[in-house]
Amino acid sequence: MAFRCELRFAGVGGQGNILAGAIIAETAIIYEHRFATQVPTYTSQVRGGPTKADVIISDQSIEFPEATHLDFMLALDQRTYDMYKGDLKNHAVVLVDDNLVRVSAQERETWDIYGFPMIRTAKYDVGNVLTANILAVGMTVELTKVVDKEHVRKILHTRIRPALLEVNMKAFDLGLRAARSLQLQKVQQHAGTTTLLGHLVPAQDSSFVRDSAPPR
Amino acid sequence: MSVDYPRYLRNDKLPLYWCPGCGNGIVLKALIGAIDELHWEKNDIVMVSGIGCAARGSGYVDFHTLHTLHGRAVPAATAIKMCHPSMHVIVFSGDGDMLAIGGNHFIHACRRNIDITMVVVNNWIYGMTGGQYSPTTPPGSKASTMPRGNIDSNFDVVELARGAGATFVARGSVADPISLKNYLRKGLEHKGISVIDALSTCHTQWGGRNQLGDPVQLVEHIRNITVNRSNAGALSPEELQGKMITGIFHQDPGKKEYAQAYYELSHPVEQTVVV
Amino acid sequence: MADVQIMNGNQLIAEAALLAGCRFYAGYPITPSSEIPELLARRMPEVGGIFMQLEDEIASIVAAAAASYAGYKSMTASSGPGISLKQEGLGMACMMELPLVIVDVMRGGPSTGLPTRASQSDYMQARWGTHGDHMIIAVAPGTLLECYTETIRAFNMAERYRTPVLILSDATLAHLSSGVTLPPPDTLEIVDRRQPAVEPENYRPYEISATNPVPPLPNRENFPRYRFHMTGLNKDATGFPTENATTVLADENRMINKIMDASADIESFEHYQLEDAQVAVIAYGSNANAARVAIKEARAQGLKVGMFRPITVWPFPFQQVMELGRKFKHIIVSEMNLGQMIHEVQRALQGRSELHSVLQAAGTPIRPQQILQKIREVSA
Repeated sequence: MAFRCELRFAGVGGQGNILAGAIIAETAIIYEHRFATQVPTYTSQVRGGPTKADVIISDQSIEFPEATHLDFMLALDQRTYDMYKGDLKNHAVVLVDDNLVRVSAQERETWDIYGFPMIRTAKYDVGNVLTANILAVGMTVELTKVVDKEHVRKILHTRIRPALLEVNMKAFDLGLRAARSLQLQKVQQHAGTTTLLGHLVPAQDSSFVRDSAPPR
Repeated sequence: MSVDYPRYLRNDKLPLYWCPGCGNGIVLKALIGAIDELHWEKNDIVMVSGIGCAARGSGYVDFHTLHTLHGRAVPAATAIKMCHPSMHVIVFSGDGDMLAIGGNHFIHACRRNIDITMVVVNNWIYGMTGGQYSPTTPPGSKASTMPRGNIDSNFDVVELARGAGATFVARGSVADPISLKNYLRKGLEHKGISVIDALSTCHTQWGGRNQLGDPVQLVEHIRNITVNRSNAGALSPEELQGKMITGIFHQDPGKKEYAQAYYELSHPVEQTVVV
Repeated sequence: MADVQIMNGNQLIAEAALLAGCRFYAGYPITPSSEIPELLARRMPEVGGIFMQLEDEIASIVAAAAASYAGYKSMTASSGPGISLKQEGLGMACMMELPLVIVDVMRGGPSTGLPTRASQSDYMQARWGTHGDHMIIAVAPGTLLECYTETIRAFNMAERYRTPVLILSDATLAHLSSGVTLPPPDTLEIVDRRQPAVEPENYRPYEISATNPVPPLPNRENFPRYRFHMTGLNKDATGFPTENATTVLADENRMINKIMDASADIESFEHYQLEDAQVAVIAYGSNANAARVAIKEARAQGLKVGMFRPITVWPFPFQQVMELGRKFKHIIVSEMNLGQMIHEVQRALQGRSELHSVLQAAGTPIRPQQILQKIREVSA
């Protein structure tokens, strides 16, 4: 089956979600030799306006670059989440900053939702709030497996200024770990009797991508 | 030594389009006189103009000439100077063209300090369109769109140019063409933006509405209301009331010229490493 | 795949301009065109060219036109409201017959409109924004690669026909980044303006030959030697103003015909799956990609649909659309505005086909599903 994955990185201007999308798209093009597009939408409000970057990755050329059937969405802001969630497919993976975005019980039924305080973690644990987007990239990569994390590391080396590379790598690794532990939690909850999640898949196979990806 | 004026003119385009007795011809003659003194080659000179009576001047001179849109001579001249930095670029246009519709370009060219000479042929009126008031029309004087007398304040071109950062600013008039020619020559020689407020006369449109319809009378009026800087100091404030001061007001050869600055940015000098 | 570069539409236009020989750019900041000046500010000094950010949109187009007068290949870029401001300068370049490329990264309007959103609402302004009778060439790239190749073609046509050429892009193409493999430079044709065959003293800037309605124009090297006059007034062969009715009429006609008579060279379009189609979609620019996806989906559902995609959008491909009218009972026009090119289509169809539309001016791109729905309705 042909591989195609639609991702959306949503937030407000200044959070770096457009760069997050660009990093994923570049990784797919440069190191995974796939077709990928990244198209940002933003407003004239430089800081604080709703912003999204749509990334499509496919093994066939991409004709229409706006995502219409999302497999994944990152949301770092409530208003943007509400504005852009309408394009999510059922069972899509959704990653939100749970300090900033409230998700309804019904949405938890529809989508595979992961919440993590990405901005707070970037600020206090990584030590630089501006790395929240790279932390989110780490989580995205781990949750979706849409691109290889080692390839992302290479792109980060070309994309990020040397002075800021170390702190961003720290954020990226923290993101990978955070996503793994969230997946583990879900599996454990699922094993118990209290879970509300009806469609949970084991952590190792949590990626919708894995099923449809051709062998690399 | 007399100037061979026809050498600089497109003689087949004569006679001039301007009304007999118009001051603009005196300004153009002074400019050619200044160029002649500098021995510049015609191939090295570009004259750019906007729209209006004075702007038609570009059609009569045998240089590279570009007759642009109303108000837009300055950005065109800016581009040409950047494209051919070794050429001499002159803007020759009127007060309405350069200070009203083209006012934004005028102040930014002053700020930018690009090596262009801007000759403001200042006759206080829109002549070609029928005597409407301009940004330099004296308060109280009549114009076709100020039939009861001008209630609008006027620009002092010298102060405007200085305030905007011009590095050479002078004012001359058609009542003293020799001084005007000298100011123009110094402006042309100046490496950087030069502004020459050239007081001209429009007896047809301004004069006729203000009891100065005779061209000679109007030039005499200009002579009466102008005072050279060198003499102004001796006059009391009362005596200076209503007078326009002529002369060179500002000259700063020290500020970096824009086309030169761009060249240096494109050709950075190797940093010398001190061991 | 080592030669894949990741670039957006704006960056591709800027790089293509440099390859085409553009050595003068003047502009004023405006969304969504800003990546063009940002790239050129960095690159122009490296190639011995000039980049200027001027005080306004008007100064920018006049400077770009004057640079062309001075022999340079030149460009300016803007968007909706900025293009409105540039219209008088565009007319000046038409009248003076100055090669000039103007990029319009279209956004919503009127007025400030939707500064960051995609639109195709400058289709008519490109053609009729400046006053007076004139002809214009405008191209609408539909893909990232076409942002590159159409920019080169725009410069070539500007130089060959001594005329301004517009590139109609939009916010989607402008900011879409993807991997692009650029064609090797030596495979691309680069056209330079024809040089005068006569000595400077005999040169007339609008003197044409019996075989070519486009007069030669000195380039950067020759400009200092060739002294001539240019004006925005109606002119004769010498470049000086004239009000002689015969001369004016002949010159106005020549300026239009030099473009209309070259349609074989200027015209560019794509036929997509039209061969066996029963319904034709007409779309251009980035919106044609939505149409293409819709057509694929429709065909998967057994509906025979194809697309006519004008790449040169002005002059309007009148003959081509007229022929579509002979073949198709139903034609769907889709554009990201509330109906602009559709008027030209209607004129060309002369009532032969039933005309349908998918129009939208909401700031969001038209989705393939919207076009598919119309295809279904029409096919039913």
